[in-house]
This record gives sequence, C-alpha cells and structure tokens, in this order.
Amino acid sequence: MSGLNQSGWKPAMGAAEMADAPTYTGNRALMLEEALIFEIGDGATSGIDLAPAPKVTGRLGGLGRSHKIGLPGLSEPETVRHYTRLSRQNYAIDLGLFPLGSCTMKHNPRLNEKVARMAGFADVHPLQPKETVQGALAVINDLAHWLIALTGMHGVAMTPKAGAHGELCGILCIKAALAARGEHRSVILVPESAHGTNPATAAFAGFAVENIPATSEGRVDLTALKARLGPDVAGVMITNPNTCGLFERDMKHISDAVHAAGGYVYCDGANFNAIVGKVRPGDLGIDAMHINLHKTFSTPHGGGGPGSGPVVLSAALSPFGPLPYTARTADGVVHLIEEADAEAFEREHFGAPLQSFGRMTAFHGQMGMFTRALAYIMSHGADGLKQVAEDAVLNANYVLRSLEDVLDAPFAHSGPCMHEALFSDDGLAEGFSTLDIAKGLIDEGYHPMTVYFPLVVHGAMLIEPTETESKAALDQFIGAMRAVAARAKAGDPALKSAPHFAPRRRLDETLAARKPVLVWKEPDRVEANP
Amino acid sequence: MRYLPLTQPERHAMLAAIGAATIDDLFADVPAEARLEGPIAGLPMHASEIAVERHFSGLARKNMAASDHPFFLGAGAYKHHIPASVDHLIQRGEFLTAYTPYQPEIAQGTLQMLFEFQTQVARLFGCDVANASMYDGSTACWEAISMAGRITKRNKAILSSGLHPHYVSVARTMARFTGDILQTGIPQLAATTDSAQILAAIDGETSCVVIQYPDILGRIEDLSVIAAKAHEHGALLIAVVTEPVALGAIKSPGEMGADIVVGEGQSLGVGLQFGGPYVGLFACKEKYLRQMPGRLCGQTVDAEGKRGFVLTLSTREQHIRREKATSNICTNSGLCALAFSIHLTLLGEKGLRDLAMLNHGMAVQAAERLAQIPGVGLINDSFFNEFTIELNKNAREIIHQLAARGVLGGVSLGRLYPGEAALENGLLIAVTEVVTAQDIEALAVNLQELMA
Repeated sequence: MSGLNQSGWKPAMGAAEMADAPTYTGNRALMLEEALIFEIGDGATSGIDLAPAPKVTGRLGGLGRSHKIGLPGLSEPETVRHYTRLSRQNYAIDLGLFPLGSCTMKHNPRLNEKVARMAGFADVHPLQPKETVQGALAVINDLAHWLIALTGMHGVAMTPKAGAHGELCGILCIKAALAARGEHRSVILVPESAHGTNPATAAFAGFAVENIPATSEGRVDLTALKARLGPDVAGVMITNPNTCGLFERDMKHISDAVHAAGGYVYCDGANFNAIVGKVRPGDLGIDAMHINLHKTFSTPHGGGGPGSGPVVLSAALSPFGPLPYTARTADGVVHLIEEADAEAFEREHFGAPLQSFGRMTAFHGQMGMFTRALAYIMSHGADGLKQVAEDAVLNANYVLRSLEDVLDAPFAHSGPCMHEALFSDDGLAEGFSTLDIAKGLIDEGYHPMTVYFPLVVHGAMLIEPTETESKAALDQFIGAMRAVAARAKAGDPALKSAPHFAPRRRLDETLAARKPVLVWKEPDRVEANP
Repeated sequence: MRYLPLTQPERHAMLAAIGAATIDDLFADVPAEARLEGPIAGLPMHASEIAVERHFSGLARKNMAASDHPFFLGAGAYKHHIPASVDHLIQRGEFLTAYTPYQPEIAQGTLQMLFEFQTQVARLFGCDVANASMYDGSTACWEAISMAGRITKRNKAILSSGLHPHYVSVARTMARFTGDILQTGIPQLAATTDSAQILAAIDGETSCVVIQYPDILGRIEDLSVIAAKAHEHGALLIAVVTEPVALGAIKSPGEMGADIVVGEGQSLGVGLQFGGPYVGLFACKEKYLRQMPGRLCGQTVDAEGKRGFVLTLSTREQHIRREKATSNICTNSGLCALAFSIHLTLLGEKGLRDLAMLNHGMAVQAAERLAQIPGVGLINDSFFNEFTIELNKNAREIIHQLAARGVLGGVSLGRLYPGEAALENGLLIAVTEVVTAQDIEALAVNLQELMA
C-alpha cells in the first residue's frame, strides 16, 4: 500500500515505541490529553463579565438558592482551549471520508451555516407577531414546497424534530386516519432489515409490531407480506432504498396490496439521498415518508444532532398532520396556522373541518435546519439534486465492485446497489470479526462504516461513501479497506488490538454498562502524586 | 455544482470499472414508469453562492430581529447574550461535522463533552444523573410522563395548569394514542397556582404530577409539599424548567424532592432560532436510570487503562431493543448540548448566579415600572425574569400595535390560550440581561399610550 500516503508522514509511534519514550504530560505532541472541566475549573472563576445586578427587593418567593450548585467555570482562554483540545479527539467529515451507512455523512457546506446565522432567522422568537416574521415563515413554506415537489406528495408536516420524530408523526397520521374511518387496527408490519427506530416508533404509538421476512436477494418478501395483510394491519413501515442498499423493486405492488387491504404505507426516508430527483416516492404509492434533512439535505450532524425530520404526506393522510403549519395565500402573506386559526382556515381553504392530530413539539420545527437545507437545495437546484443521487449511487457501486473480490458481498448478485454497499464477515480468519476491520480502519485514518447493521447479514458492514467524495478519495479508501481486509483474512494479531494510533485504544464498554458512571464526582481521596 | 467533486471523465471511468454503460443502468431496479427522465419540471436549476446568499439576505430583512428592538418575549424561549466564543467553538468542524459517537476511540471529544454536559445538567437540576439531551423541552416533558408510567405501572398524570400550554398539547397528542389519562387545566390570572387542587387530586392511581418551575405565568412555588404528597401515594413528581438560568437564583427542583426534572436548555448557548433547534434536558434520580430515554455517556477505561468515555446502557435504546425500547429517540440535540455546556462553563457557578440575579433585578425594575401604568396590574407575587401583567385591553391586539411601533412587547396569553376569554388581557413579559433601561422605558411609554 505504499504510495497512498504520499507525504510519508507517520502519524504516531506504536505502543511498543511509546513505552520507550514517555512524556511528562502524557501528551504526544499534537495529541493532547485534556482533563474534565470539573478538574480544571472552579466555582469562583467566570469567563463572562456582567453588569452588576440592580439593587432591588427580591421577589423569588422565599425560594432563593442556598446550596452550592457545583458548576466549575473557566476563563475565556481556558474555555477556548478546553473545547478546541476536545474537538481534536473527534473524527469528522471535515477530516475525511465518513462511510457510515444509512447516515449519509456528506459535506456540510458553510454557506448554509452563514445563512442560518443571519439575525433575521437566528435572532427571532417563535411567538413574535406573524407580521414580524414573514421572511422566516417564507423559508419554512418554500422548503415545504420543494419537499413536496421532490417527492410528488400532497402535503408535508414540517415540525418533527428528527427522523424518529418524523416516523412518529407519520404513524400518528395513520392512527388518526384509521380513527376517522372508525377503524381500530393494531398491527404495524416492519421488515427485518428496518432501522431500530421503526419498531420502536410503532410501539411508542401503541401498535403491536410484527416482522416481515426478507428474500434471499435482500428485499421485502412480497408473498409473505401479502399473506399477512388483513383487517388488523394498520400499515407497513418500509425503508426504500432499503438498508441492504437495494431499491425495493416491488414498492408499488407492496403499496397497492397494503391499500387494497385498507392499510397505509409508511416509508423510512433515511436513504432518500439515493433517489432524490430520480424517483418520486409519491409515484410509488407511499402515504408518509420522513426526510432526514441532516442526511439528504446536508445539515450538519453535530455529533448526534440536532436533526430535522419533515414528513411528506399523501392526500389521504395530509388532513391529519400536526399543527402548526405554514400556508401562503394569494395575497402573498405566509400564515402560521396554529390552534387559534386552524379550524377557520381549513374550513375556508379546504372546505373541511379540522382533523389535525395536534401538536408534536412546542414551536414550529427546526428553523435552523430549514434555512440550511433550503440553502443547500437552492444551491443544487433540480438538476444538481438529480446529480447528487447519481453520484451517490455511482460512488457506492464503485466501492462495491472494487471490494467484492476481497470481502463477501451477500447481495452483489441482486443487481446494482443504491447509495450504500453491504458486506458480511464471511471469510475472515478464525477469531476475526467486523469489529476488527472497523478498528483497523480507524488506524488508517477513517471513520468505520456502519457495523452489525442491518441485522439480516452476519457481521454486516454497510458503506455509504456519499456523492461528496472525489474518485481519488474513494481510491485511497478502497486501498485501505483492501489492506485491512487482507489483514483480517490473514489473521494479523496486530489488527485484534487496533486501533493503535487513536486518542484511545479499545474502550471497555462492558465495564461502562456494568458500573455506570454517568456524572463526575469529586474523588473520595486525593491520590498521592507519583 | 460546487459540492460535487467527480468530473465527467471520472464518472465515465468509474462506470467502466463497474461494468455499466450508463448511470441509468445503476437505477435499473427502479421500475421504468417511476423513473424521472430529466430534472423535475417547474423547479429552479442550481444557483451560485452569491445568488443563494442574496436570496436569504432578502428574506432575513423581512423579519424583526430581537437584537434590533426592545424585546420582551419569553414563554419557553428566552433571549440571552451568547458569548462569541460559544458560536466559534461549536463551528469547529470536528464538532459540527461529527456523527453520534458510535466509535468511541475517535469520538472522545464529543463523548467527554457529553459527560461534562450530563454532570452540569444533573447538578443544575439537583438530580443524580442526566442524559445526553432530547429534542426540546416539550418532547422531554412527554418522555418524562411516559417514563413515570413505566416506573409506576400507572397511566394517570396530573399536569399543573401552570405547565406551558404547548407542552400540554404535545402530551395530549401523545396521550390520545397511548391511552394515557391526563388531567389538565387552564391557569387563573392570580398570584397563586393550582397547587391546592393538585394536592387534592393525587391518589393511588396517579403516575405523576407535572409542575413547571417557574410556571408559565412566571410564578415560583415550593415543590416539596407536592413531592411529599405524590410520594405518599406512590406517584412521581416531574418538574419542568423552561428557563434554566432561573436555577442560578432559586432552589433546584431536585432539592425539593422532584424525581424527574426536564427542561428546555435553549437559554444557554442556543439562541432563539425561531423555535428550533433547541435542546431538551432530562435528569432523574439514580434509581430510575434504567427507565430513562435517550443516549447516555458513561466513563470507562481503554485497553491501556486510560480514562475514556462511551455511549452506554444502550440496551434501553431502539437500535438494540427495537419495539421494547424506552423511547424511539435516536438523533438528539448534540450540538445544542455542546453550546449549552460551553456557555455554562464560561459562566461557572459565580457567573450563573450573577447572571440570574441580573435577570431578576432587571425584571423587578420592569415590573415595578409597568405596574405604574394606569390600567396595568401585576399578577405575580413571585417571579424570576418573567411575569404576567393584566391590561385593560386585549393583549394580543396590543402586541401587534406595539410591533408596529418597533417594540416586541411580550407574549399575549391570547396567543397561548386561544378562546379563553378570562386570559385575553394577560401579557407575559420576560426581561433578561440584554434588556436595557431604555428598552423598559420604550415598552412602558408605548404601552401607556396604547392603553389610554
């Protein structure tokens, strides 16, 4: 693999060499250890200067705080240094390819950050009078318009706060629609390969969950699904493209069968990036689909959120969507339809009584994500978004075909993959697993792929390169994957103890779960300095 | 197409390597009748950075930004000054563009930050443990009610009439589908809360009592009596804090016996953002740890014995437990939790207390000034930085008239409680450290003119 690292820079010493060259601080040059704020800060220090409080007679109802809170403070330079040091212990898209399958870790354009921070969006209150926030409401309405057009659906619920919250929104729409028909159906069908959020959401909304098997090709078993449909089935939750990275060819047939049996079709849109601009879910008979703005539309993942999960809805489900929502009338005014106005507005404009299932969150959704997503969508336009899907699929297929000779690709025979390529641990040396490949990739300077998901494949490795990787970046990644796979197949013992060069070696997750330490506590005794 | 690095020759070379003639061969599994040929008709084509920025600047100018006007809105979202270093630090790519820390060896930055955040939240709320954040305060509130149901195996929750009406709406939405029974009410324009009715309503079927602290009208009351009564009947006390800065001045809910404390963390570091993204705070007593929703970060050691952090107790979570999970939550509000934590680190204990007393002092001055206006009555005996006044006119209309005069004058109770005639003259006024004496005077003078 020589030549991949053309600079010849060697990132760090091996463990054996390190033991020979201890440092006083425990640091390794740019690899800096950082203590907790509780160990370096104190309650008397503050990094903020405030005006003195005016002298008044307090009106705290006799509940003034008397106990110490225990919050350490740091000066501003110490604060900047603390968090900068911490940041350097993270892998991120800004550092390199981040092939986490089903998570769509694409480049986050900084224009989006800039527009989201414009005072007219970032510094407005959700309950300001509507005439003072027309621009902000227009952003929500414009994004809603784009999402409807891109999906070919009838309406969209903008308030859900993340993908799983969007799932909940769609499932509540289904439940409300059934109730409006006077029906009680108690079961939601979910394929085995589904994201864990799908069954969890259905259960959270009070449904029983039943699994549908997959075919040997990695797709939903249409025959088994049809056999299970009946008057107790409220609907199905299907991911398309699915978590094996395959397009569900029978999607329209599935939808037709579910509809014929009186149910509704929920689509998990986590993988929409593969088909945006190429296929409209509305043309596949889908009734509800959430869109992770933090995946397809590039809002940053932020180390685990915030996300945003608008849900596009069919004509059958749209009337049941949540409040509040925006609507532009012929006079150009964008209205925010809240509880106070909803009944009158819907009667006037839709000629029907209000059927919304209610409110899902305190305010109007993730405005900060809406501005970012809309800036991204406008930057790409209809032509660019189509190119996004094509490049995402091209990159994934390139990875699939470049690795299928060294790693088992269980569905490689099922046709082209979509935006992600799936491999199994079949063929690794005795005692070597997917986890070892993942940790070996860390030493190669990559975030590992999604591992052990989907559950339908043993030791699954799900690689989603996304469209924002160049061919050169893919070639280097493929080289690294091949090298690590070769070590796992040859049984290289050094791979078992990888990573060697990360800020930490493998962490003891069993200990963390067995004796949970979730908050910092002052040590009982100060140990003597060695 | 500045975000797409592949060149046309590279695309051709890659297709050849794959063995596909055209890109459409890779979409062969999409039925032909569903495949779109060209770009979707009627939508604009790609745009330059200049063009997009110009478009957004135009839209942004159509809004009245809080900083440009005397500003007094609160009701669950507060305008505080955010130190410049907070926004700088959260924009470091290693935080901004990282994922949920599934690979702990290369996510210690996010994980250590979450561990610090959990500790800060637990201490602020007076609880043993806290999670790594929820979407926002309103969804955290429902998750707490749901958790109390799991612990007590009961499904009757008593929600104080002082709980934010949007939080009540969220709970009501969910309860409709889960079959939980909620007792709710509309607040009275009075200095006292409905705690007497709540005490009377607690019985052996109650799963939890939910009290906002300070409440929607800004009132502060001792929770310990309700906690004792709830515990006597095997029920839990859930406290909801929508303004965490208050806890720099007043006792924590945990000190008064709350079992679960949830809140909205937007006040620290996050900003108004027209309602989102915000950050839900969730803390509880240690004995209920395994019933908690959401991600938890825990301390451990690595193979060389060095301290490190991992996501832990994931057997509660959807990706392991699927339909048996404690919640369906996956993505939380990591970057907002970071902003919260940095702001609180900059403040420290002393800074938070000083900030809280500054807020309170300004609010007391504003309340005293506004109460001098003929036709204005101050409802609260107690408050932190937000209080309720009663006007002699419809407050919702007054708010629009104030906005026309360039003053963002608060949140009318008519907006929060549509159709409640008894509340339509009520106005919530929040006063934080960003409000100046001139702002208070501008509000007072304009209010007086409009009320005359």
